[in-house]
Amino acid sequence: MSGGRWIYRLVQLAFLAAVLGAWQYSSSEGLVSPILLPSFTASVHEFVKVLSTGAFWPDLRVTLYELIVAFLIAASAGCTIGYLVSRTGYSIRVFDPLFAGIYSIPTILLFPLYVLFFGLGAGSKIAIGATIAFFPVVLNTIAGFGFVDKTYVTAARSMGASGVQMFWSVLMPAAFPVMLTGLRMGFIIAFLAILGSETIASLSGLGHRIVTYAESMDPAKMFAYIFFAILIALLLNTSVSMIEARVRRGHG
Amino acid sequence: MNSGGGRSGAAITIEGVTQVFGPEGDPRRVVALEKASLTVARGELMCLIGPSGCGKSTLLNLIGGLASPTAGEIAIDGEIVRGPSPKKVAYVFQESALFPWRTVIDNVKLGLAFQGAPKAERDERANAALAAVGLGDFAQHYPGQLSGGMKQRAQLARALGLKTDFLLMDEPFAALDEQTRMVLGEDLSELLARTGKTIVFVTHSLVEAVFLADRVAVFTARPGRIKEVIAVEEGHPRSRSFMTSDKLARLRNQLYELLHDEIRKTMVETRP
Repeated sequence: MSGGRWIYRLVQLAFLAAVLGAWQYSSSEGLVSPILLPSFTASVHEFVKVLSTGAFWPDLRVTLYELIVAFLIAASAGCTIGYLVSRTGYSIRVFDPLFAGIYSIPTILLFPLYVLFFGLGAGSKIAIGATIAFFPVVLNTIAGFGFVDKTYVTAARSMGASGVQMFWSVLMPAAFPVMLTGLRMGFIIAFLAILGSETIASLSGLGHRIVTYAESMDPAKMFAYIFFAILIALLLNTSVSMIEARVRRGHG
Repeated sequence: MNSGGGRSGAAITIEGVTQVFGPEGDPRRVVALEKASLTVARGELMCLIGPSGCGKSTLLNLIGGLASPTAGEIAIDGEIVRGPSPKKVAYVFQESALFPWRTVIDNVKLGLAFQGAPKAERDERANAALAAVGLGDFAQHYPGQLSGGMKQRAQLARALGLKTDFLLMDEPFAALDEQTRMVLGEDLSELLARTGKTIVFVTHSLVEAVFLADRVAVFTARPGRIKEVIAVEEGHPRSRSFMTSDKLARLRNQLYELLHDEIRKTMVETRP
């Protein structure tokens, strides 16, 4: 089997190399105007410059700040509201479809409104990130707490568990894996929403930098920041998955 | 934990207990139990047997205080049951009611914490309970890593660790294959003979009922009442030779005769 895996990896690498090769070829041969598409090597050169000079710091700091605040708001509101809703079958039947319905509409359309409310700075990005991340968190929290196996609850009750013990030793650990999935999804879509909204209307941040270079006809620098954003996305995804795996393992 | 009262006489009295599910007039309204009465003597193992849906598990939940009867009264040690009393009554459930996110020993210790046992005792009591069911080497395993039979042993350890005078068992071996079940039955008989607990044991299996019980209460089809109580009159612990004895076969047949009509009744009732 492991031999087969290597073949998959090889084909994947070959595919990437082909795309980048086509890019390099079309720009170096002048098939595409360098203003629209700089050469791959020029973009990489700029990317290395961005990394080595640390020019990315101010924008990265803004984007990460927005992401963390947005995530904390979504996580605390989503977990609290989700738990409260999960307490009765009635409120689950009322609110679960309601949240699922709102989740399915493109919430990013609220962004212009948020710019009016919270301004062009970090406020509107935090608001849109928190709004979008709230839904997977709240829905998974309802699912986690609302459908705990009754046998666990009955067993704990028969052994005399108090309300506090029931919450921390039975409900919470039973619901946690499902909640964790919601938190991971929320974190990732908050990052996407914040980057995207920075490219629409903003004062700083990674998305802002990318649009600024695009508008000033400096596409090599724009690609350098796109590479950087991809790098950050990869780092965030990997660390979130690692945290999740670690927590789940400790969970048994 | 033996309470002051005498060692003989009724430990559990069930008097005219009726349990109805659903409001009056609802077509789904079910009378699970109707004026069921039974007494269980101290130190006795009473098996409840009957057709599906006859209310035997319902009665067990009422004894354990996990539900309240619509009418009638249940008393344990002369005290009317009004809710779970974890210091007196421990439970073993049908499916695995172990918490899968905790190791076997942590499951036992969590039960002790729920019960309010002093922290200093929990380790020792948990280890002793696991040793008693032969799971000493599996203390650090998670329930998901155990076989069905071992899970039920672990659940039994959790209940034994609570050191209650009463033990309620709701079809604890129902999900196991017959061979595992027989071995567990032998071990249980051995173990319980030493503890002197008063036990109510719900089962579907005629052989299991005769093999384990001092007395077997046979339920009617729904609405459940107690049709007859059969005494087994055989000392504990019971050996393999009792399993193959004529006495067991005779009692098993007697139970079958009693149950046969009741089982037919439920089958007619549930036929579409």
